[in-house]
Amino acid sequence: MSKSKNKLLNIEDLGIEYVTEDGTVKAVNGIEIKLNEGETLGLVGETGAGKTTTALGIMRLVPNPPGKIVSGKIEFEGSNLLDVSEEEMRMIRGNKISMIFQDPMTSLNPVMTVGQQIAEVIEIHQDLSRQEAAKKSEEMLELVGIPGSRANDYPHQFSGGMKQRVVIAISLACNPQLLIADEPTTALDVTIQAQVLDLMNNLKKEFNTAMILITHDLGVVSEVCDKVAIMYAGEIIESATLEQLFTNPRHPYTVGLFGSIPNLEEETDRLSPVKGLMPDPTDLPSGCKFHPRCPYAKDICAKQDPNSTEIEAQHKVKCLIYEGLIDAEVKR
Amino acid sequence: MADKILEVKNLKKHFKTPKGMLHAVDGIDFSIERGKTLGVVGESGCGKSTTGRVVLRLLEATDGEIIFEGKNIRMFNKEQLRQLRREMQIIFQDPFASLNPRMTVSEIIGEPLKIHGITKNKKELSDKVSELMDTVGLADRLVNTYPHELDGGRRQRIGIARALSLNPKFIVCDEPVSALDVSIQAQVLNLMQDLQKDFGLTYMFITHDLSVVKHFSDEIAVMYLGQLVEKAPANELFKNPVHPYTKALLSAIPVPSLTNKKERVILKGEITSPINPDPGCRFCKRCPYADNCPTAEPVLKDIGNGHFVACHLIHELV
Repeated sequence: MSKSKNKLLNIEDLGIEYVTEDGTVKAVNGIEIKLNEGETLGLVGETGAGKTTTALGIMRLVPNPPGKIVSGKIEFEGSNLLDVSEEEMRMIRGNKISMIFQDPMTSLNPVMTVGQQIAEVIEIHQDLSRQEAAKKSEEMLELVGIPGSRANDYPHQFSGGMKQRVVIAISLACNPQLLIADEPTTALDVTIQAQVLDLMNNLKKEFNTAMILITHDLGVVSEVCDKVAIMYAGEIIESATLEQLFTNPRHPYTVGLFGSIPNLEEETDRLSPVKGLMPDPTDLPSGCKFHPRCPYAKDICAKQDPNSTEIEAQHKVKCLIYEGLIDAEVKR
Repeated sequence: MADKILEVKNLKKHFKTPKGMLHAVDGIDFSIERGKTLGVVGESGCGKSTTGRVVLRLLEATDGEIIFEGKNIRMFNKEQLRQLRREMQIIFQDPFASLNPRMTVSEIIGEPLKIHGITKNKKELSDKVSELMDTVGLADRLVNTYPHELDGGRRQRIGIARALSLNPKFIVCDEPVSALDVSIQAQVLNLMQDLQKDFGLTYMFITHDLSVVKHFSDEIAVMYLGQLVEKAPANELFKNPVHPYTKALLSAIPVPSLTNKKERVILKGEITSPINPDPGCRFCKRCPYADNCPTAEPVLKDIGNGHFVACHLIHELV
């Protein structure tokens, strides 16, 4: 898929905490992400796994207080984003790194025309006159399949799918190297979702943009991603290429996620979901965060925090089974 | 003939809006066999939730018949309707908005029992409530908690316990799992399946999630802009979709698998407005096959195997 293999993003040991009245929430706990130019990473997990916080961390938009980046580094094009000044960060946001938020209904300004909203980004980041920016914004609309003549319409005059395309047009207006899409199709109907995914796939190929796609839908992941990272309770518990993850998932939680989805191809009388609930983020279990829900858990899991083990090239799993401490075989 | 618990004939529900009449449900027919599940699928605004509500008379139908256990319930008076509520219940989509935040779990589950005078004293009521909580897998210690203290999965279990409290025969499930995370969603679906077996329940399962509906339903009805476009047994529909809309809808599902990638039918254009719709096929403007279709309204035709399709091009597509 990718035209070049240049390193774009390198996140190491990233930790983000929220300080609340009920205690400190470790929303993101020592995660590692590597992304090359033109690659798409799917960041998958359930509510509260820390996916959106990770994205906000990369954009340096974690609300402070109560949120704080406590450890790690985020290297983007060789420089650590956690060291640059707020001024420089502002020149990166929306320009080199941009973000699509989940809800297209609330992420557009209701009192500005969509044309103005696209032109705003272009005027801020590129040395263009107002007329040139307006012209470029019409081109961007055409690019996402909306007639340029609609640039003077307001968001409420568009349907959900079209609003999401306007948001995509804004995020792509400055040709970013990295696009972070937070559940971009969750609020849309399936046929409209198919249109938007199709559009994103085409644009990705055309501009060689790297993308982090945050989602809870493994179906969407299989449509667009090259690599996948599964998050649970603030940690990446399994990361692999798309093919490795779908043909050979190894972490018990990943296997449980696949067991929870009704399969269209096979007949299953009963789903085999992960038992139990997501842990309380202010009071995470000791040792492996997943052990209270894990069907393979042994006593040692409550005591020892597992390390990431590379079981094949690019395929890492954070589980004691692969450190040789538990004798079990995880099966789908 | 199979034992039909519910039969709906030419059901219509129109809403008055400033721009004209909104045809939310526009002449649909279906029936559900006792103990089975009918899945109703379609995209936002196709009228699937409205259908569920009209069937329960939570909304009054504009026209048509709703026959429940042999009686047309559209003719029922207030008292008859109150009795009917014991037989038909609903589980709502949003477990955050459908529970009263100022009532405890036991008050919420116990309220229908009190209203219908099923339990005679406090002791009986609390026994029945804890029995129901046990049935849906809620721990006893949660009996005095408020909904905001619980997560989505547990809240949805409260909604299910409340719907079960009167021992209904028929439950409309309006997107009962779409607000839940996948692992919790699977737990709740398993629970609902167990309850159906144990109590012989009949479900009308409304959802936009096609993989869930295939897993859960015996028969599936596909709605588009207030009308039924296709109806078939679940496996038959997925194996052999005939209506162009159903084909596009099924091809649009992102499948979590690397093999078996289907050729995708991308629909052009947006859904037409349901306000004062033009006569004729509502899907015509987005249909990739449409070519000089007649302007008459297509009707559901039997093509065998319990499979019904409403399309003018039926002979070319089968």
